[in-house]
Amino acid sequence: MGLESFLAVGAIIFCIGLYGALTKRNAITVLMCIELMFTAVNITAVTLSRYVVPAGLAENPASVSDDVLQTLLTGQVFTIFIITVAAAEVALGLAIVMAVFKNRESVFVTDATEMKH
Amino acid sequence: MLGEGTESSVITDVIFWVIAVGTIVAAIAVVQLRDLFRAALFLVVAFLGAAGMFVLLRAEFIAVVQVLIYVGAISVLIIFAIMTTREVEQGSPYNRLQVPALILAGLFLAGVIFVIFSTEWNVLDTAISGGRLADETATKASEVFAGTVPRIAGLLIREYVLAFEVASVVLLAAIIGALSLMRER
Repeated sequence: MGLESFLAVGAIIFCIGLYGALTKRNAITVLMCIELMFTAVNITAVTLSRYVVPAGLAENPASVSDDVLQTLLTGQVFTIFIITVAAAEVALGLAIVMAVFKNRESVFVTDATEMKH
Repeated sequence: MLGEGTESSVITDVIFWVIAVGTIVAAIAVVQLRDLFRAALFLVVAFLGAAGMFVLLRAEFIAVVQVLIYVGAISVLIIFAIMTTREVEQGSPYNRLQVPALILAGLFLAGVIFVIFSTEWNVLDTAISGGRLADETATKASEVFAGTVPRIAGLLIREYVLAFEVASVVLLAAIIGALSLMRER
């Protein structure tokens, strides 16, 4: 357990999500895979926030000011905003999927072709 | 080194690997299973595994938020959508991009893993134990991770207050957008 293993787990989950999002025909599965990718990014952000010395602290290793020390938590704050945006994204995404389903009786992304040139 | 000094014990190592393997297996199941409902349940398992990792990373607040929002809200929303779209019998087939996508994801993973293991990270724990930080700074840095919740609250309403307010507007816009999309015309 350490920085590299956490980052590796995040990378593996991200790539599984990427593969699923690119290959699945069901729009709900695509959304689930995008959520997996969000989670992987969150794991990476929190890992970097926990393990890596921030630039301000690396340049000034004797600093005791709160402004410098709280940059240790930047990754966690970022993760909170990512989760907020992900929640909004999945609500809108599922609303779009349901609207398409009402019109076309299908949730397959390959069937929604009105905007195809 | 940070907190109570349990970071390097064998038990936490075992817990980490169990959670890591469980999360990855659950993620593969989400992609591979044809039954959408079971895939959604495995998505819940993957989210719970991620929450466990956040606890191991001393981000207890993020872990709670993860369980509340992902396991509680988003998965219920997804299962609800699966149930109302009646595609459970058809499952979720692949499109024709399977091989190129596998190659792309594999190449991306290989590149990222290479970067992770070839970068010389400036790790906090070794910086503290190696004496590269002043003693007082090291103590204060440990204190940051001993109680993250009040500090995150302070950051959210001071440094990142603009982003915090914009997030509420984003959520409001998402609610209105979702409602207007689903409205009966």
